[in-house]
Amino acid sequence: MGLDIRTPVGAMFAILGLLLTGYGIFGDKSIYERSLGWNVNLSWGIVLLVFGAAMLYAGMRKAQRLK
Amino acid sequence: MNLTAIDWIVMMVYFIFVLGIGFALKRYMKTSKDFFQAGQAIPAWVCGLAFISANLGAQEVIGMAASGAKYGIATSHFYWIGAIPAMVFVGVFMMPFYYGSRARSVPEYLSLRFDEKTRGLNAVSFAIMTVFSSGISMYAMAKLIQVLHIFDRMFSGLGFDPHYIFHFSIVLSAVIVLGYIFLGGLTSAIYNEVLQFFLIVAGFLPLVVIGLKDVGGWAGIKQTLPATFTHSWRGLSHANTNPLGVEVFGLAMGLGFVLSFGYWCTDFLVVQRAMAADSMGAARRTPLIAAFPKMLFPFLVILPGLIAISVVPKAIHSANSVQAGQMESGKGLIPAKIDESTGKPRLDGNGKPLLDYDLAIPMMLLHYFPTGVLGLGLTALLASFMSGMAGNVTAFNTVWTYDIYQAYINKTASDEHYLWMGRMTTIFGIAASVLAAYVATQFNNIMDVLQLIFAFVNAPLFATFLLGMFWKRATANGAFFGLLGGTLAAALHHGLTLPEGAAVGVKGGWLSIVHTYPSEMAQNFWTAIAAFTACFSATILISLVTTPREEKELVGLVYSLTERPREENIPWYMKPATLGAVVLGATLLLNIVFY
Repeated sequence: MGLDIRTPVGAMFAILGLLLTGYGIFGDKSIYERSLGWNVNLSWGIVLLVFGAAMLYAGMRKAQRLK
Repeated sequence: MNLTAIDWIVMMVYFIFVLGIGFALKRYMKTSKDFFQAGQAIPAWVCGLAFISANLGAQEVIGMAASGAKYGIATSHFYWIGAIPAMVFVGVFMMPFYYGSRARSVPEYLSLRFDEKTRGLNAVSFAIMTVFSSGISMYAMAKLIQVLHIFDRMFSGLGFDPHYIFHFSIVLSAVIVLGYIFLGGLTSAIYNEVLQFFLIVAGFLPLVVIGLKDVGGWAGIKQTLPATFTHSWRGLSHANTNPLGVEVFGLAMGLGFVLSFGYWCTDFLVVQRAMAADSMGAARRTPLIAAFPKMLFPFLVILPGLIAISVVPKAIHSANSVQAGQMESGKGLIPAKIDESTGKPRLDGNGKPLLDYDLAIPMMLLHYFPTGVLGLGLTALLASFMSGMAGNVTAFNTVWTYDIYQAYINKTASDEHYLWMGRMTTIFGIAASVLAAYVATQFNNIMDVLQLIFAFVNAPLFATFLLGMFWKRATANGAFFGLLGGTLAAALHHGLTLPEGAAVGVKGGWLSIVHTYPSEMAQNFWTAIAAFTACFSATILISLVTTPREEKELVGLVYSLTERPREENIPWYMKPATLGAVVLGATLLLNIVFY
């Protein structure tokens, strides 16, 4: 199949990761009372960003090889 | 519910990608094989994730958490007993016949192995069932959106009547699923299922982490809840001493064998994902790869239920989404069911409030997640509903086009015509699902009756496939009348038994009551056992008195007449048998840990 699924999966999670990380850094911190004081947007955002970037890299490397 | 801009953006990003994948794949849909079988060009890991994701519909996520809250860790039997062994079996033993024969679908295998009437019976009942399943998924999703007040603010902001939220949710989910399947067919559905898989993990994992921290980890749960809730095998020697109300034989035979093998090994909804793989090796690895995450899913979907029931909410800040009285008479985070006419909690026979267990996961999300990750969690929930729907729709359009339309209505059309038919069937299938969703809102009983009938039709199926694939003497008449006999036996058993405390009718006993089961689950398992046994013996008896087909016609369809798939260029750690052994070993270990 011409489209490697890792590319869209990677792109989506990289974007979601960036969004959450950004919100975790710049957003209101008082909302983390419900998550027991854990800034879940920041740390989980970074996890998603790393996962997204890794998938994106794998998908693009495959596309390069095919060329 | 207080959703902010960031939550909506997260949700929008997901929907853009879902439809974007459909658009990106549109240009690859040239033949009907591309559309219905994903061109048989999908790598094993992608098929594997789609394989469990298609099964990971609403019923799974909401229902397993609900059952975790209600019955405890024993719910994991639905995974460790009720899924893993069957997934290993279909990968190691059955996939060579599905993938290796010329069949493009499960009913088509039946036509090659037996005859047209067996195929027709299976195809028609399966097609009707998928439409109703997808409709029920749609209905449940719209209902949940309504209960959680997800769109309320948006609606009041735009000046719309909040009564339309239910209809809006139905139309929205229908349009999105229609969009991506119409454009990209099975490939699109599979790709989106992979996306949904990762999203569900991404949305629920932090929930479990925060929840566990709050209740003091597994040790904390063990202290709060009774021992039967934290030990999966405690009290199973007798039906009266465990929360499921099932004894070990009924569990192993009914759930672990008949129901589980019947679903994972013969249901085209999941098997279709494996048949889309790019090689025989990949097709066989698909269910085995799927088994690894499946084995761990109890921690993602059952554990939240256990957490929800053991939390002592300090301040119930999620109360804004349900009435305060509902939470007060509830338990942990699980609200009580409210009688809509009186506004008071509904009580059971002992005067205790009935709990709305289905809200376990949604209440957890609202309780622990701040805005941002809350958007992610809700998106994951919506994704699970849509993957359940999409799986049914792709299975429906393939079975309709190949096994009903091409088989009985228009045999000789061009491939282009069948591709067109597939697209039209997608529209029709989704329209029919919408209709089914509205039927569900009007007549709850009709849906219960229908699901019961499907259960009767499905229960004996595995006997037919088992004999078809592994006994060359099994004949077409044996299979067909065996299936009918199995269905009849299921109906009879159901009509003659009743779960304790249930009213005669949809729950059973409509002929006369010969036996009372301690729980509905026990009755279900034994209905399945009755159906399987009847179908198995009837098929054998009828086969012995009818003429079998010639052996040369059965090559590639029956175990003893088919060459083993070549494995010499597959490294040992990727061989189906190796993977299967590893999965089974790990599952055994999990059972020991949670014994």
